[in-house]
Amino acid sequence: MTNAILLDEKDNVATCTSKAAAGYTIKILGGGEIICVEDIPIWHKVALKKISCGEKIFKYGEIIGEASKDIAAGGWVSDKNIFSVPRDYASEMI
Amino acid sequence: MNFYGYKRAEGRAGIRNHVLILPTCACGSETARIVASQVRGAVNIIFNTGCSDVQANTDLSQKILTGFACNPNVFGVVIIGLGCETVPHAKLRDKIKSMTTKPVISFGIQEEGGTLKTIEKAVRAARDLAAEAALQQKELCDISELLMGIECGGSDATSGIASNPAVGNLSDKLIDLGASTLMSESIEWIGGEHVLAKRAATPELHNRIIKICADYEAHLKAAGQDCRAGQPTPGNKFGGLSTIDEKSLGCIKKGGTRPIVEVLNQAERPTKRGAIVMDTAGYDISSVTSMVAAGCNAIIFTTGRGTPTGNAIVPVLKVTANAQTFSWMEDNIDVDLSGIIAGDLTISNAGDLLLKKIHDVCNGRLTKAEAYGFSDIAVDHVCRFV
Repeated sequence: MTNAILLDEKDNVATCTSKAAAGYTIKILGGGEIICVEDIPIWHKVALKKISCGEKIFKYGEIIGEASKDIAAGGWVSDKNIFSVPRDYASEMI
Repeated sequence: MNFYGYKRAEGRAGIRNHVLILPTCACGSETARIVASQVRGAVNIIFNTGCSDVQANTDLSQKILTGFACNPNVFGVVIIGLGCETVPHAKLRDKIKSMTTKPVISFGIQEEGGTLKTIEKAVRAARDLAAEAALQQKELCDISELLMGIECGGSDATSGIASNPAVGNLSDKLIDLGASTLMSESIEWIGGEHVLAKRAATPELHNRIIKICADYEAHLKAAGQDCRAGQPTPGNKFGGLSTIDEKSLGCIKKGGTRPIVEVLNQAERPTKRGAIVMDTAGYDISSVTSMVAAGCNAIIFTTGRGTPTGNAIVPVLKVTANAQTFSWMEDNIDVDLSGIIAGDLTISNAGDLLLKKIHDVCNGRLTKAEAYGFSDIAVDHVCRFV
């Protein structure tokens, strides 16, 4: 029974497919397991390693935001500790 | 692949044969509702605009009204105007008649002497159209007659992981069979626009996709607003989506992987066949409104948190991969894809299941929202009413 899904090997978060209480070992489809350090609701993200303030968050192998504070390995990654970075559209033109 | 639909003199075949009672403005909406309630086979929409608008808003609302009338699921139209709106009923009728050979009849409430006299005449007209519509026989149509709109609403983290990839797989299968699909919600490309743009068939279309996102942000900024304040919605955040980028990267999966052959302005009718995208709001009701105006004859709609929404003209088939949402709101959602998350259903098998479901809808099977007679519309605005 897995409790989280890793979508891309570049990702530093996985999506929980059941709620996880602090101290619980989350088994991750796509790679290993991690001990949860706080309560995480179903469908929310768990940090797979320590993420420092200012570090990028990867899901689907793409950047989904930047950490606004330090997040511990096994911590809950949410709109409270990550934010969307403005786009650089000019650089995307071909 | 074939389905039984209603052939039209111009454009795609319909999968429904509605008589549309169409108000020109908000003031005609209640009269239109009463007319439709008197006639089996008639549907109405509630229109919140059509008056006291700047030109750009009028242009958009006219594209929506004429687009609704020209939608292949509409047999004929009865227009209900007031008399002092921006585009009066006779002018709207003439515009629609220049675009289609369908029967179009129109009345004005001020001209007729009030709502009751208008209702009397409009019910007779709608009754006669409905009687004629009922005689039209379904004919065998190729699946290439299908233009399926692809929408998501009330998304959570299951949408991007499971239901959107499944719908993307359906889109690829339909395109390979010769049908066309239309994905909109350009605000929900932001953060994933560089990924979506890779599907563009030409460099021009690639850059157009990027520019739509840049222009959308600039438009909101000019009004002192930021899309990141409203996106993701509170419900998205509660469902595990933390940023617009995360939401977008999941959203765009519902469009599949086939090359994008055309990029449309809002409510514009496509000229190409294949995978098409359109610049619209991420507000699901408004996005569906614009896709129906563009001529979609069916809509597939993914949700994570659950929604009852439906459209009067086009059947909306709703799917979720969130097991709890499906069991809790099963009266509003048509297809359960939670097997993907449970590991019992592959994305490709889910695409096959959805192909069968959408094929049934093309052949006449009512979706849940359709059976309840739901009729949600929202017309996007360029700026404030005046």
